[in-house]
Amino acid sequence: MPDVVGVTTPRGPDDGRRAGRGPGRILVAVYAVFALAATGRATLQILEYFDRAPVAYSLSALAAVIYLVATVALARGDRTSVRVATVSCSIELLGVLAVGVLSYVDRAAFPDKTVWSHFGSGYGYVPLVLPVLGLLWLRHVRRVAKPNAS
Amino acid sequence: MVTLGTVLLPVTLTVLACAGLLALASAVATARGRRAGSTLMALAACVELAVVAQLVVGLAGLAAGHDDVSAALFVAYLVGLAVIVPLAVVWARGEPSRWGPGVLAIAGLVVLVLMARLHQLWTGAGA
Repeated sequence: MPDVVGVTTPRGPDDGRRAGRGPGRILVAVYAVFALAATGRATLQILEYFDRAPVAYSLSALAAVIYLVATVALARGDRTSVRVATVSCSIELLGVLAVGVLSYVDRAAFPDKTVWSHFGSGYGYVPLVLPVLGLLWLRHVRRVAKPNAS
Repeated sequence: MVTLGTVLLPVTLTVLACAGLLALASAVATARGRRAGSTLMALAACVELAVVAQLVVGLAGLAAGHDDVSAALFVAYLVGLAVIVPLAVVWARGEPSRWGPGVLAIAGLVVLVLMARLHQLWTGAGA
């Protein structure tokens, strides 16, 4: 065979499952870490001392669910999953912004921390950056997936 | 007074060294566009061995009555540490590009961060 074939051929057929490939692999890994961390934190908070801060701990649980959904959707990466991931990343961004503001304004409701308190400062602000990276990556995936898009 | 932290110190240092090495070597592989090879897998295995040893020593320490830390939280961290590397290896092996080592680099970093939190726990700096 002539060498022409060696010119950057795509890796295998395009089965439309791009979101969890390439750099998306890293995104899924980081999301999985936060799914694990948020689930662990919420479980402990709710089982051990729920009465201390019901609002904050319920939000912890909500955050955990959203991280789990986003992780699975990004890892699957097919068309429906990309939509699910876009929704969960959007909710996540709204959540971290809303809880971030509330945790400064209404300290009484947040005597204990959640993943999203103070814009995720307890987690190196990764919770704030992650949904933005996620949404940018998903936009990229959607653009590449569209045939004939310039 | 013998605390759980001092009991765990040797194995803790091993975990830190292996995880740091894994994060560094994986980051270099990603930067150079290499796939995850046997060297990185061997390093990942070292981290896992050290972390499992830490889990065993930690549980034994708890059973021996070193209850100077919140047991539930402490065990959660030890188990969490033991779960991360195997998951990362599975996830990295499915990606035959530079991003495979990228996943291992994240895993190494996460182990380091969790170790720092674990250290805070047993020195009583945070709950």
